[in-house]
Amino acid sequence: MSFINYVINGLSLGSIYAIIALGYTMVYGIARMLNFAHGDVIMVGAFTVFFGVSMQGLNPIAAVFVSIAICITLGVTIEFIAYRPLRGAASSLVVLITAIGVSYFLQNLALLIFGANTKSFTSMVPINPVRLAGGEIVISGETIMTILSCIIIMISLTAFIKKTKPGQAMLAVSEDKGAAQLMGINVNGTISLTFAIGSGLAAIAGILLCSAYPSLSPYTGSMPGIKAFIAAVFGGIGSIPGALIGGILLGVIEILGRAYISSQLADVIVFMVLIIVLLVKPTGLLGRKLQEKV
Amino acid sequence: MTQDMTPLLNVTNLSISFGGLRAVDDFDITVKKGQLYGLIGPNGAGKTTVFNLLTGVYRPDVGKIFLEDENITNMKTMDINKAGVGRTFQNIRLFKKLTVLDNVKVGLHNRFHYSTLEGIFRLPRYRSIEKIMNEEAYKLLKVFDLENEADYLAGNLPYGKQRKLEIARTLATNPKLLLLDEPAAGMNPNETKDLMKTIRFVRDEFDMTILLIEHDMKLVAGICEELTVLNFGKVLMSGETNAVLNDSRVITAYLGED
Repeated sequence: MSFINYVINGLSLGSIYAIIALGYTMVYGIARMLNFAHGDVIMVGAFTVFFGVSMQGLNPIAAVFVSIAICITLGVTIEFIAYRPLRGAASSLVVLITAIGVSYFLQNLALLIFGANTKSFTSMVPINPVRLAGGEIVISGETIMTILSCIIIMISLTAFIKKTKPGQAMLAVSEDKGAAQLMGINVNGTISLTFAIGSGLAAIAGILLCSAYPSLSPYTGSMPGIKAFIAAVFGGIGSIPGALIGGILLGVIEILGRAYISSQLADVIVFMVLIIVLLVKPTGLLGRKLQEKV
Repeated sequence: MTQDMTPLLNVTNLSISFGGLRAVDDFDITVKKGQLYGLIGPNGAGKTTVFNLLTGVYRPDVGKIFLEDENITNMKTMDINKAGVGRTFQNIRLFKKLTVLDNVKVGLHNRFHYSTLEGIFRLPRYRSIEKIMNEEAYKLLKVFDLENEADYLAGNLPYGKQRKLEIARTLATNPKLLLLDEPAAGMNPNETKDLMKTIRFVRDEFDMTILLIEHDMKLVAGICEELTVLNFGKVLMSGETNAVLNDSRVITAYLGED
């Protein structure tokens, strides 16, 4: 029975990774860049809720919306100030290094404002745990909320991209920026929208993460951020279903590794799986083949 | 065919250099409304560069581009498209992973608007505008005999149909001037014949002005009314098609001197 419990916990952690991985994968797919500051947007989202609820006495639901709004603003601002001027830069390395810089900037800014000590986060999820099989399987409210959110986000995001004008513009830009521009599509606006969606999802992921693992510090976002990046690469970066599959697999592998092999080695196992997958299938599980230009 | 004398496209002194190379040097062209105009020249003469200048992909060093009375010289690519210049590409650049229908709908984006939030929550305006866009797109697909393939991925269409779809997608942006970059490239003689029909049809049906780059002299001689010949970035000559094609300077540029 404990195995089932572990798998459920893995699904829950994996759902969080998947939601974060969406931000990486969409930005990569559309702007062709790795936004390493994405993990720190998660932290900002969680801090916003923490301060909104415990300091300002905000209603938790209102706090969640404020947090999403702040993260969207932050994401779009980062793109506008730090990444947009570098678009078309000679080397994609320039943007990558800038993203790492933005990540450190956010972490240290949070250190300055919030201090280094870890805060204990109160769960935002008002659902009671569910016990199954005579109490042997326990599903926490956070788990239910997380998995539900992940499913809803995946379905609505897919519908948004497949069925709406801005979504189609995103697909067009991701395939051929130049041609999209020549069809009159606002490429900068589309990239901003991508950052907005990714950052809004990061806020949700941050709140879910801190509800399930209730400690919050300026470095909270960095490890889940990296893991989610791995999940995105694992599933095939640029692919939305890939982010889901990569995230879920990574979460389950991590929790099972922690339970059955060694809790110290859990991260090692995660990274090893990544290396093996990339050796066998360099584009990730659902990644598309790189086209060879002749 | 109705042709009045208003120049639709008027380009003067257009030049651009890449490093030390003057890719386009003092280029002039005047295309009248409703004309089928050809831009020809040997490989590397700078024809596609001219198209890239006309569509804002490159900014010219000097020179002016007027579309009717509007100066579009330093406008952004997407705004030039809004102003009324549409183009296709030498190597087809469809959105291959979108369906045929969605490719055309992307072309319609400039003309129909609803906000992202209306899209997310599927508000009434989203529904009504998507419906109109679908109808418009189907109309265009029907014109190009592509309506049965509407749900195919664009990348899975046969080559000749991909060319047609590219033209349909560009027409969806509602251009006044259509730029076709080597539309017959890679086509067999039958497909080329079919294409000539399509191009003439587009001009007549949509009242379109068309400027095209082409190497296939049969196509050029068959449909273009006027030509400009580009050689080493400079205009070698302009004029009525037959006169240009029989000019000794043009023949020399293509075949070299004896």
